Amino acid sequence: MSEKKVYIYTRFERFWHWMQAMLIFFLLLTGFEVHGSYKFFGYDQAVRYHAVAAYALIVLIAFAIFWHAVTGQWKQYVPTRKMLTAQLRYYILGIFRDEPHPTRKTALSKLNPLQRLVYLGLKILVIPVMVISGVLYMLYRYPSSHGVAAINVDSLTFIAVLHTAGAFALAFFIIAHVYLTTTGRTVTSNLEAMMTGYEVIEDDTPDGEAPERGEPRPDETTSDHPEHAPEIAANA
Amino acid sequence: MHRVAFAIVLLLLIISIPVVARLGGRGEVPTQLEQLKLKMAQDKHVPSVDHTKFAVLKEPFDSPEKVTEACLSCHTERGKEVMQSSHWRWDRVEYIPGHGIQALGKRNVLNNFCIGTQTNLASCDKCHAGFGFVDQKFDFNDPTHIDCLACHDNSGTYLRTSYGRPAESVDLNEVATHVGRPTRDNCGTCHFFGGGGNNTKHGDLEKSMFDPSREVDVHLAADGANIECVDCHKAKNHQLLGKVYSIASMDEQRSTCTQCHGETPHDKNRVLNEHTLKVACQTCHIPRYAKVNKTNTYWDWSAAGKFRDGKPYVVKDEQDNHLYMSIKGSFVWESNLIPEYIFFNGTAGHYLLGDKVEGDGPVKLNTLYGSYDDPESKIIPVKVHRAKQLFDPVTRMLIQPKLVGKEKGEGAYWKDFDWDEAARVGMEAVGLPYSGEYSFIDTEMTWPLNHMVSPADEAVSCVECHTRDGSRLAGLKGFYMPGRDRSETVERIGKLALLIALGGVLLHGGVRLVAHQFGKGAV
Repeated sequence: MSEKKVYIYTRFERFWHWMQAMLIFFLLLTGFEVHGSYKFFGYDQAVRYHAVAAYALIVLIAFAIFWHAVTGQWKQYVPTRKMLTAQLRYYILGIFRDEPHPTRKTALSKLNPLQRLVYLGLKILVIPVMVISGVLYMLYRYPSSHGVAAINVDSLTFIAVLHTAGAFALAFFIIAHVYLTTTGRTVTSNLEAMMTGYEVIEDDTPDGEAPERGEPRPDETTSDHPEHAPEIAANA
Repeated sequence: MHRVAFAIVLLLLIISIPVVARLGGRGEVPTQLEQLKLKMAQDKHVPSVDHTKFAVLKEPFDSPEKVTEACLSCHTERGKEVMQSSHWRWDRVEYIPGHGIQALGKRNVLNNFCIGTQTNLASCDKCHAGFGFVDQKFDFNDPTHIDCLACHDNSGTYLRTSYGRPAESVDLNEVATHVGRPTRDNCGTCHFFGGGGNNTKHGDLEKSMFDPSREVDVHLAADGANIECVDCHKAKNHQLLGKVYSIASMDEQRSTCTQCHGETPHDKNRVLNEHTLKVACQTCHIPRYAKVNKTNTYWDWSAAGKFRDGKPYVVKDEQDNHLYMSIKGSFVWESNLIPEYIFFNGTAGHYLLGDKVEGDGPVKLNTLYGSYDDPESKIIPVKVHRAKQLFDPVTRMLIQPKLVGKEKGEGAYWKDFDWDEAARVGMEAVGLPYSGEYSFIDTEMTWPLNHMVSPADEAVSCVECHTRDGSRLAGLKGFYMPGRDRSETVERIGKLALLIALGGVLLHGGVRLVAHQFGKGAV
C-alpha cells in the first residue's frame, strides 16, 4: 500500500476552521466569566469581549454558510449509517490493536461517518441554538413598558440556561475533538492537514481494502482554486 | 511562506477583538456629564434684589410674626403658596393603596423614631415651617404664622428652638435683610437632624453634608458640582419637587436624577444604559451610606425607663449618638453601610393609626411596592430601620403614646415614665381605643437612599452584583441575573460531562500509549 500527499482543506476552509476555533475558545473563556465561574478579564471587559467575538463569529458563520452552499461542500455532512458502527468500534477497540482505520479520508469525502454525524449536529443544532439564544441574550431588553411589547421577553432564565448548556456542549466537543485529531495516520497528521491543507493518505489503489467514507459521494471537487487542485505527491 | 502570513492574519484578527471592543465612547464630543457641568456653570443663580436696601426690614421687630408681615407686604401672594405646601401642612392628599384617598403626612403618620407628632408637637414643631404649631388648635390659615426665615435665612445666624420660635439671641433685622434662595444650611437644619439627632432617620442626609468631600457627595461638595438642595428639589410656587416615602404614597412630584442626567447618561456604553430600565441610578452610584457619621439602624423603645441612682440617664458613643436614654430606650448606630435593595415602582402603602396588625410582625410602617415583573419598577437602595414599638395586643393596634409634656402628671412618658398612662393619654388624643394592655412589637421602616452620590469611579462595580457569592442583590428574587444565577442541573451535568470528556481522553490516550508500548499498536 502506497501513500500520497493530497490537498484536502482549501485556504478558506482552514481560515474558517481556525477562526471559528479561536472565536469559540475565546467565547467560552469570556462566557464562563460572565457566567460567574471565574475572574479573568474583569466582568465588564468579559461582557464586552464576548459581544464583539459573538458578532465576529456570526459574520464568519455567514461566510461559511455561503461557502458551503456555493462549493457544494455541505454534502460532506450528509449523515450515513454505513460504517458508523465500524468507526465507533475502531475508536473503542480497533485503535488499540493497530487495526487500520475502517474508513479512508479523501478530498471528496473528508469526514468519517461519526464526524459527519457530530459536525452535522453542531451545524444544525448546537451552533444555531447558541447563536439564537446569544442574540436574544444580547438584545434582551428586560420587561419594559417603553419598547415594543411583542419583543419583550419576560425572563432571561430560559435563554441563559439554554446558552449555558450549549456552552458546556461546545466545551465537551472541543476536548473530544482536539484529542481525536491525534488519532490520524500519525499523532499530528490531522493537525498538519488543517494547517497546511495537505495530508498524507493511503493511496487509493485498486486493491484498497479500506472502503470509501460515507455516502453519497460529493460530485464536485473540493478545491475552488485551480492552482490547488488535488495534487499527488509521491511519498512512498 | 503563505502559512506564516496566514497565521499572522489569524492572530491579528483575534487580537483585534479587545481593540474593537474598546472603540467607541472616546472622541472629540464632550461627554454628557461635561455638557451638564458646562450648563450648571453657566446657569448660576444671581439674586435680583438686595434686601438690605428695604427700609421695612430695618424697622425693629418685636416678634418673628412681624418679620413675616414685612415679607408678605412685598411678596403678597407667597403666603398662600406656602400654606399649600407640605412644609406647612405636614400632610398631602394622596391615594394610599388599601386606604383610599387620605391626607397623610408628618401630622398623622406613625414613624419608627419618636413614633408620631400627634401629642408630641411641642418638640416636633421645631421643624415646622411656622410659629406655634404646638397643638391641634394651630391656625393653618393664618399666613403670619409662616416662618419665612427658617428657609430663606442666608445670614447663617437664624436659630429655632422648641415651640418653633427663634432663639432670643437672633437679630431679626440682620436675618431679614439677608434673605435669599434656600441653601443647604437652611434645609439641613431640619432634614439632617430628623428623628432627634444627626442622621437618625435618613442615613444619607446628615451634618457632614453641609460641607462634604467629593467622595461623600459629588453634588454638594465644594470641589464637586457644588450645587444646593433646591437645584434638584426645584420649587414652583413653594411646591418643592421630591418627597420621602416614609409618608408619601404616589409616584408624582418626585425629584429625580434624570431631570439633569437624562435616561441614558452613560454616553455610548449601551450595556450600562440598558441597566437603567431595571436599575435606578442610586443603586450603583450610592455604594454606601452614612459614609461619615453613624446613622440609627435600631431603636428599642422597650428598653426605656431604666434609672441609674433613681434618675433617668443617657449613654453616648464617641460621636455623641445616644446608645441609651431612659426616656427613649436603646439604640444601634452604624456607619459606612451597604444598602439593602428592593424593587420599587414609585408607590407606597402605609400603616395608618387604627390599622389592625396581622401576625407577629415586623409591622411594616411603610411598604414600598414593586417587583421584577412590574415594568415601572427599578431596583433601588434603601435603608431599612428597625425598631420595637408600643403595641396593644388586644386591639392589635400600634399605640401613639404621649411622650412630650411640660409637667409631671400629664401622662407624658418623658416626665412620668409610665407606658400605660402614656398609651392611654396618647390614644385618647388621637381618638382610638386602648385596652389597658400594652406590649412591644417589631416594626420596620424603609427609607430610599438618594443622596451621598459617589464619584463615578467609585460606583458599584459589575461583580458586586454579578457574582455567585455575596452579591449585593442576593436578596432579590424572581429573575435571572448573569453571574449570580445558574441552573444547578445544567451546572452539574455540564461539569460532569467535561470531567468525563477529560477523563475519557486521558484514559483512551493512556491505553493507546500502553498498547503501543506493548506491541504493534497504533499510536
